[in-house]
Amino acid sequence: MSETKYWTWHMAAGVVILFLLGLHMTIMHVGSIAHMFAPFGGEAISKANSLFRDGHLLFTVTYILLLAVALYHGLYGLRTILFELTLKPAAEKAITFVLLILGLGLLGLGTWGALAAHAIAKVGIRG
Amino acid sequence: MAEIKKYDNRLGLWGWLGGGRWGVERYAYILHRLTGLGILFYFLMHVVVTSLRARGIYLWVEGGVFHQPIFKFGEFLVFAAFAYHAFNGVRLVLVELGFAVGKPIEPVYPYKTSLNVQRPLLVVMMVLAAIFLAAGGYAFLGLAK
Repeated sequence: MSETKYWTWHMAAGVVILFLLGLHMTIMHVGSIAHMFAPFGGEAISKANSLFRDGHLLFTVTYILLLAVALYHGLYGLRTILFELTLKPAAEKAITFVLLILGLGLLGLGTWGALAAHAIAKVGIRG
Repeated sequence: MAEIKKYDNRLGLWGWLGGGRWGVERYAYILHRLTGLGILFYFLMHVVVTSLRARGIYLWVEGGVFHQPIFKFGEFLVFAAFAYHAFNGVRLVLVELGFAVGKPIEPVYPYKTSLNVQRPLLVVMMVLAAIFLAAGGYAFLGLAK
């Protein structure tokens, strides 16, 4: 039963990623839209433009949200693929544990990165 | 609680890499997995690399390690994988929820398969993915100013 629940969450996370990652890619790569979120000219991924976006709380929140759902969707998907190889229960437990630690570690790292970048950008805006 | 009986996956990796005679949906499934693994690999690295900006390290800006044509091309491959994985994923969610597979019918010979009923959805999604990919390619080539 819990696997059904996890699978439903996996699908729901996919739908959230579709919107958030679609938006992320559009902002980063479609010039006419990128200019709205990259006011310093040049590439949308330049340091100045990255800091501009990091200074907005909405971006920080969506980065963390996207990070969390994408980690869940990706790592649960990988777990599903590995489990289809008919592993021993001990191996399944080990894989679940490793992926959980990896996911939580990257969630922590990414969240710290987004929050720290937000704080740095805010200081920069204040001068 | 009843124990779930597991069967030996004797084909191993070939079991999901080989399409066999199962039609185009089977290949769509294989490609969905491969693109998913590719995106995951990129994403895990992307989290680490972008987190470094908290220490003032921007490896992707002009002059940085990742600001080279080969990585730009790699980024486009990730975009292509995303385009396919996203639109095929929408199809899978719709089919999983029972849309576009037709109504249940009596199993009367000659049997009809729901695969043929949902095939137009696959075609529509692949056309949308191709349009999205073309738009992304236009942007990646720097044509969308």
